Amino acid sequence: MAIVTKEKLDRVYDAYKNGRLNRRHFLKYLGLAGASLGLVGVPFGGAVRDAWAAKSIRFDGWGGSVSDAFREHAFKPFTTATGIKVIDGEFGDMNSYLTRVKASYPPGGEFNIAHLSAVFDYARYADLGFASVLDESKIPNLKNVMVSMIKPLREITKGTLSAVPYDLGQTGIAYNTKHISKAKAEELGTSLLWYKSLKGKLGSWGGDFRTNMWYAALHTGQSPNNMTDLKAVWAALREQRGLMKKYWNSGAELMSLLANGEIYATVAWSGRVAALQQEGHPIGYLSPKGTYSWMEYLFVLKGTDLEVAQKLLNFMLEPAAAIAVAEGQNYPPSLDPSKVELTEKIKKMPAFDATGKLDGYLFANPEYWNANQVEWTEKWDRIKAGS
Amino acid sequence: MKSNSWKPWALLAPSLSAVFLLLIIPVCFVIVYSFWLRAPSGADIPAFQMGNYAKFFEDFFYPKILIRTIRIAFETVILCVVMGYIPAYYFYLSQSRYKQVFLLLIMLPFWVSFIIRTMSWINIMGDTGLINHFLLKIGLIETPISMLYNEFTVLMGLIMYLLPFMVLNIYVSLEGIDKSLLEAARCMGCTEWQAFREVTLPLSLPGVSAGCLLVFVLTAGTYLPPMILGGPGNDMIANLIFKRVIGTLDWPFGSAISVILLSLLFVIVWTYNRYLGINQIFKSFQGN
Repeated sequence: MAIVTKEKLDRVYDAYKNGRLNRRHFLKYLGLAGASLGLVGVPFGGAVRDAWAAKSIRFDGWGGSVSDAFREHAFKPFTTATGIKVIDGEFGDMNSYLTRVKASYPPGGEFNIAHLSAVFDYARYADLGFASVLDESKIPNLKNVMVSMIKPLREITKGTLSAVPYDLGQTGIAYNTKHISKAKAEELGTSLLWYKSLKGKLGSWGGDFRTNMWYAALHTGQSPNNMTDLKAVWAALREQRGLMKKYWNSGAELMSLLANGEIYATVAWSGRVAALQQEGHPIGYLSPKGTYSWMEYLFVLKGTDLEVAQKLLNFMLEPAAAIAVAEGQNYPPSLDPSKVELTEKIKKMPAFDATGKLDGYLFANPEYWNANQVEWTEKWDRIKAGS
Repeated sequence: MKSNSWKPWALLAPSLSAVFLLLIIPVCFVIVYSFWLRAPSGADIPAFQMGNYAKFFEDFFYPKILIRTIRIAFETVILCVVMGYIPAYYFYLSQSRYKQVFLLLIMLPFWVSFIIRTMSWINIMGDTGLINHFLLKIGLIETPISMLYNEFTVLMGLIMYLLPFMVLNIYVSLEGIDKSLLEAARCMGCTEWQAFREVTLPLSLPGVSAGCLLVFVLTAGTYLPPMILGGPGNDMIANLIFKRVIGTLDWPFGSAISVILLSLLFVIVWTYNRYLGINQIFKSFQGN
């Protein structure tokens, strides 16, 4: 039996795509490939997978309006331009995705690129050994990205990059303007999330201890990146729990609860609020002092075909694509406004920084939050459950 | 004479392989994991220690959720028996030529995704949902009644999911009862109610108990209704496992909770077998 190699499979696949080989013969060849795979085992086992992998790449993101924007403005044009298919998956929160990555075989091997939130996640993936090393010369559009967004990544992966920065956003406070006036919301600030008149009409993100502790820290007058009175934070969260109607679990659920008037105020992702506002819902957005800001990255997992990944990343950082995605998902891009002219719509988005330096933005300190993650997550879960 | 003893094993081999590969091995993995440790980064560290089990029992937080799960499972079972027996009995007595269609309707919910079915209650019982919209429209209320995100809605979601299992179990059991026994009871002077109480009900109990076991076990392991329809404080044990495994990447502790749940369910099934006999489940499918 002829041994099937990656090159042969590529040739056959090209012939099939070009119509020089009919489907019956193509399937027959695939059958032979399968048989030889079974017979010769591991040394050639990767050939078939590699041959197919070269024609597609997997991308996992946040779903909903964010995934729609990526699909429409980045993946479809990329596939049209290169013939490489982008298989896009979704996740509801960062931990659930990391669990799936851990459970894949070999660990991380079934996943290629992920739309990760915040530097602390970049650090977690690197610590777990999922980081790849990108060849920056193959991503020339990286030169347009804000240096302030690249720097923290280099510090974690010792000068190299495993991801490219792609956008930034905020977790602020969304409120229903039919029931809460703008003046009242601004007057209360963070304390809007503890406003007793809203008992049974408040929501929060159940899946993230950070967001909840962050706002509890602000509410109790502490710095979120250096909480000195944790007891006060836990007490505030317990008090807030009594006022809660629902701890939501995904962006889609957040939007549904706000749009249907189930909750009147909640912590909320700025882009999702903008999407609701564009749909005409009476939702206001508040970003009090110390609002939780975050940067997002396109992280390439170890074992990914770097040629294909770098090609996709460079395509996505092309100003036209990055701007279209930013407008679609309602989060400002990582492009440096001092180097690239951005649109008026982007300039009006929450978290947009015209200087490109991000001075004064408050991001979660990865060392501080990651070091306490286990203990605080468990504590938060207990409080949420009524302990 | 040539022995044919290998033949049953050969026939059973595919099923036994499936059980071994898809049930025994994964459960073994879960048990092994429950003794491991977890690094702060989320990495798992092989070890043999009882810390994860000790953590479960060190304060009342985790056992409380387990007790709540058992309580909700019992409530679901009771409500499913009450709500499931009536339609099953109706189908049993029905002479309608549409009987098969009715039975098919019981299965209808399974054709729609469980998540969609559960989420549809939000559009029915939400503040801007169908019920509130109707009550506001006819002027019966002035502000929407808050009906969602509490234990009642969790129970409702569970019943919606599990009721068909109960109805079908009872119906299959009832269908196996020889109707001439009822006629005999009536001929001997029983009223309709007495005939039901003395003949039909006892003979249908294997189906009821099989349905109870199935509903109980499924309730104890489900997490979607509490997640979608529950509010703060309505988590069940499966939600806890989900959060430990998915939310905090603490697979060892999540595995330990799974083993505890598995052990508890094993005790319940063993008790059931001891006093009712697991073969009653098969009887309910065979007729009495």
